[in-house]
Amino acid sequence: MGRFTFALVCTMAATLGCERETRRYTELPAAANRSTAVRLTTLQPGSPQPISNVQSPYQYNAYGLAEGKRLYAAYNCAGCHGVAGGGAIGPALMDDKWIYGSHADQIFSSISQGRPDGMPSFGGHIPDQQIWQLVGYVQSLAGLVSQDAATSRNDDQIVGKPENRIEGTKQIQTGHR
Amino acid sequence: MNAHPLEQQKADPRLVYDDPRLEPAALERERRHHEASWPDPRGFLGWLRSTDHKSIGLRTIVTAFVWFAMAGVLAALMRLQLSRPENTILGPDLYNQIFTTHGTAMMFLFAVPVMLGMGVYLVPLQVGARAIAVPRLVAYGYWMLLFGGIFLFAMFFANVGPDVGWFSYVPLSGPEYGIGKRPDVWAQLITFSEVSALVTAISLIVTIFKLRTPGMALNRMPLFVWAMLVVSFMVIFAMPAVMLSSTCLILDRLVGTHFYNYAEGGDVLLWQHLFWFFGHPEVYIIFLPALGMISPIVSTFSRRPVFGYLALVLSNIATAFIGFGVWVHHMFATGLPQFGQSFFTAASMMIVVPTATQIFCWIATIWTGRGVRFTTPMLYVLAWFFVFLIGGLTGVMVASVPLDLQLHDTFFIVAHLHYVLIGGSVFPLLAGIHFWFPKITGRMLNERLGKVAFWLFFTGFNLTFFPMHILGLQGMPRRVYTYPAAMGWGSLNLLASIGAGIIAVALTVYLINVIVSLRVGAAATDNPWDAADLEWSTSSPPPVYNFSPQPTVGSRDPLWHTELTPPFVIGLNPEKCEVLVTHLLDAEPDHRYPTPGPSIWPLLAAIATTILFIWSIFSPWGVVWGSIPLFITLVGWFWPHRGVPPREMERELARLEPREATS
Amino acid sequence: MAPLIQSVLHPAGVQAARLNQLWWVMFWVCTVVFISVLTALAMAIARGRRSASNASDATLTGSVGAAVGISVAALLVLLTASEITGRDLDALKAQNALRIQITGNQWWWDVQYLNPDPSLTVVTANEIHVPVGRPVGIVAKSNDVIHSLWIPALHGKRDLLPGRQSEIWLQADRAGVYRGQCAEYCGAQHAKMALTVVADLPDDFERWLSHMRGPAPPPATESQMRGRDVIERGPCAMCHSIAGTLAGGRTAPDLTHLASRSAIGAGSIPNTRGNLAGWIADPQHIKPGNKMPATGLASEELQALLDYLETLK
Repeated sequence: MGRFTFALVCTMAATLGCERETRRYTELPAAANRSTAVRLTTLQPGSPQPISNVQSPYQYNAYGLAEGKRLYAAYNCAGCHGVAGGGAIGPALMDDKWIYGSHADQIFSSISQGRPDGMPSFGGHIPDQQIWQLVGYVQSLAGLVSQDAATSRNDDQIVGKPENRIEGTKQIQTGHR
Repeated sequence: MNAHPLEQQKADPRLVYDDPRLEPAALERERRHHEASWPDPRGFLGWLRSTDHKSIGLRTIVTAFVWFAMAGVLAALMRLQLSRPENTILGPDLYNQIFTTHGTAMMFLFAVPVMLGMGVYLVPLQVGARAIAVPRLVAYGYWMLLFGGIFLFAMFFANVGPDVGWFSYVPLSGPEYGIGKRPDVWAQLITFSEVSALVTAISLIVTIFKLRTPGMALNRMPLFVWAMLVVSFMVIFAMPAVMLSSTCLILDRLVGTHFYNYAEGGDVLLWQHLFWFFGHPEVYIIFLPALGMISPIVSTFSRRPVFGYLALVLSNIATAFIGFGVWVHHMFATGLPQFGQSFFTAASMMIVVPTATQIFCWIATIWTGRGVRFTTPMLYVLAWFFVFLIGGLTGVMVASVPLDLQLHDTFFIVAHLHYVLIGGSVFPLLAGIHFWFPKITGRMLNERLGKVAFWLFFTGFNLTFFPMHILGLQGMPRRVYTYPAAMGWGSLNLLASIGAGIIAVALTVYLINVIVSLRVGAAATDNPWDAADLEWSTSSPPPVYNFSPQPTVGSRDPLWHTELTPPFVIGLNPEKCEVLVTHLLDAEPDHRYPTPGPSIWPLLAAIATTILFIWSIFSPWGVVWGSIPLFITLVGWFWPHRGVPPREMERELARLEPREATS
Repeated sequence: MAPLIQSVLHPAGVQAARLNQLWWVMFWVCTVVFISVLTALAMAIARGRRSASNASDATLTGSVGAAVGISVAALLVLLTASEITGRDLDALKAQNALRIQITGNQWWWDVQYLNPDPSLTVVTANEIHVPVGRPVGIVAKSNDVIHSLWIPALHGKRDLLPGRQSEIWLQADRAGVYRGQCAEYCGAQHAKMALTVVADLPDDFERWLSHMRGPAPPPATESQMRGRDVIERGPCAMCHSIAGTLAGGRTAPDLTHLASRSAIGAGSIPNTRGNLAGWIADPQHIKPGNKMPATGLASEELQALLDYLETLK
């Protein structure tokens, strides 16, 4: 009985814990590069097509999201989008309005290709792996990733909720500022 | 025939001094009444419901040794990885989880629980009580220990093993750098094990203060009981510090509070102070019970009462007090003003004095004894002098601030702490298991196998840990998963790894000895070692009710002074499941108290608490919603109930009567 | 490569020498105590076996009391030795000290030679040079978690605490190369966070320091030019900086004089062309978990990059 319970608990913990706790230090998701063929608008000719369902590979991965948070500061994303995505000269990332869409592939292409009016293109400067980690972190600012895996507050002066307390809401794509 | 206690049951319990010895038949009748009135639930459900301190104590000891074995396997893996430079058997991620889980399990799941488990088993027997105080709370404590251990190791196997060190310094374990749920697992395991330790400590204190058998004044208490009393108080003062700090850590991580965030007015050193305010007394919480085991073993195998009873007791108490004043010596490298350095250096050195006093008292005991009997327990204790002296003296070295700046966080410390914890505590513990095994199981351990295991363990231990002193002086830091070949640390590390292999063999022999002796070991008499304390006066293993009739004592070594006729207690009611409560200082009989019987509620409450603890790692709402099932189980636990109905008691007696008649 | 000295027992500086003395005082006093107590125990066993003793309890109390008294005396000796050493070390802070600021990062050391004139500040990483015979005041900080700076041949350790600043004073007496290492567990790669300390004769040191103040030399060959291009336009410049080029990242070790250092990856591997190539191609293989990603440079880009990096003396 004790052994059975133990096995049961182990299995449960394994399934819950695995993806969140994995630390993949090296990976070059070659096929994951979505820099082309990302739709940025729901407007389209012909019959409506379903929105692509590409997810950040780090959606449920704590290490990837934490790296994303580190890179957000290291690559000075905070300089324009504000610490914790509060927004400054760049648009806020913590609200529910997204100019170019809140889907993982859309955010990936925004980071990778850059956007008009100031968003630089990071593609070629940083590995795709790191872009995906940033995508995961940026999504966590709007509560779009698993709360179990999302980062918590950092050791700094901060206002607002840590990412793991942000609840996801309906995100809308505005197409304009 | 004198008045039978049954006929006096309306009266208050009191002592009769004129030797009113009962006839054997009357004694036998009283014993049968006890047999009937003390519940001994059988079967698996009975095992879950048991509140017998012997059952709980034994399973605590066994469970703690299971965690010991698992943490030991982790240690072997670390030694495998470090056996040669630039080894790649384990990567950094896994190695860091392994050393953290090893340290955490050894400290929180093995060392403290096994000592408290020995206390739960032995203290009521040594003070001549029929039961432990608040037994259901003790049962609850056991379940918390079990679930905590399962939780930690399940998480470890699921790759969520904590990887921030057993001390979990912030900010590494904090919200920003402690990634995933790994540090939460550590922090919540602390809560499990501390809840378990705290409730056990409370129970032991009450048992020692109020359930001592008549005649056992404070100055006649066995030294192991003294040690457990002191340790229980230390648990109560030390453990809240770490529970508080680890709860603050979980809050920081989960809801973003700022206890340890220096940018918002928190402090990273606050963690270290709170942790070591617990962490250093913790060492003595592990160490003092071991000293308490040494006294009866030295005394028994030197065949004289231990010398310097008062000095030994006062040393225990002094160690406990000073133990709370030395925590900063874990933090010398953080930078201290000169005055602080002097204070904590002096305090850390001063704590040597009570321990030295104890060592000298035991040497004096051996010196004036009637010849040492070299039994396995005595061998462990004699080896203890050797290994603990090394650990203690290196402790004096690292108490010096300037020298500690060189030795801190190196393999020198690894060597020191293992000499103190394994040398100082596990050697006496293994001696104690050998010593009390006949009492607990009714069978003797095999002496020959025991001695083989001892010599292997002694050799392996020194081979593993002595080279680490030199490695530390050669500059090898702790907690590294590998080291460059150019550093020249390879050969000593290999030696240490070989030693670890020998330790593994030794402990396997020890385990085989236990298993074999359980089946075919020689049957033990009531007092196989000719020891002096009260637990040796009852049968091996003891009955559920421990003693019949209620024993009384007239000296410190009751079984060695049989010429003194102890008084007799009258006014007890053997038909009821009751314990005799006595006065704190002189243990004069005071009143009878019905002891709670077996119950399933402690287990259910522990399950509810476990759910609450684990849930609250993931969501603060876990505390809110998780407290509802916990509340329900507590209501069930405290629901008033009548005792065993008289009619059921009669049936039980009738069931026993014919069997006794035929025998 | 010179043999790496990282031993408490081979001091090369004033402070470490004092600590070494204290160690030997402790060692001998403790050894005497150890042998005495075990001898007493052996005698006790032997005596107990021979015959039942007739020592009275009063005699015993006297003996035990005397033994405790001797222990206290031994402790006082050690306490005094420790105090004297502590005060001596405190008194060693001296004039004319060289000031170096060392900042711990996961898992490398950021080094700055401070100067009142900011243009003369030297920035480097993972390797420091100190002049022989001159006190060095190290200002220790941390950017992330707690680290501990420990150069056993020169001095004991000092923790680097985030949000605080600590100081440690040391002075090398002999020229040589000493190795230091992080001594506070700081995460995945705590094992590979080493610091090389080169003690130079004063003239050599001044020469080194003034060389370090200069920017990176301009590339000479086509391939070196291409290499600089890879750095400036590719991923390297996002984190690393090289004075005199466009690379200005501040989150990874400064590479301005990379080729003059003896090791890469904070002491992980010796600095050779082959090792450097392996490191850039797959840093996660050599030091799993460190913050440098594999960048997937093409082979010819990598070779050009190495050609350029080798010029950064």
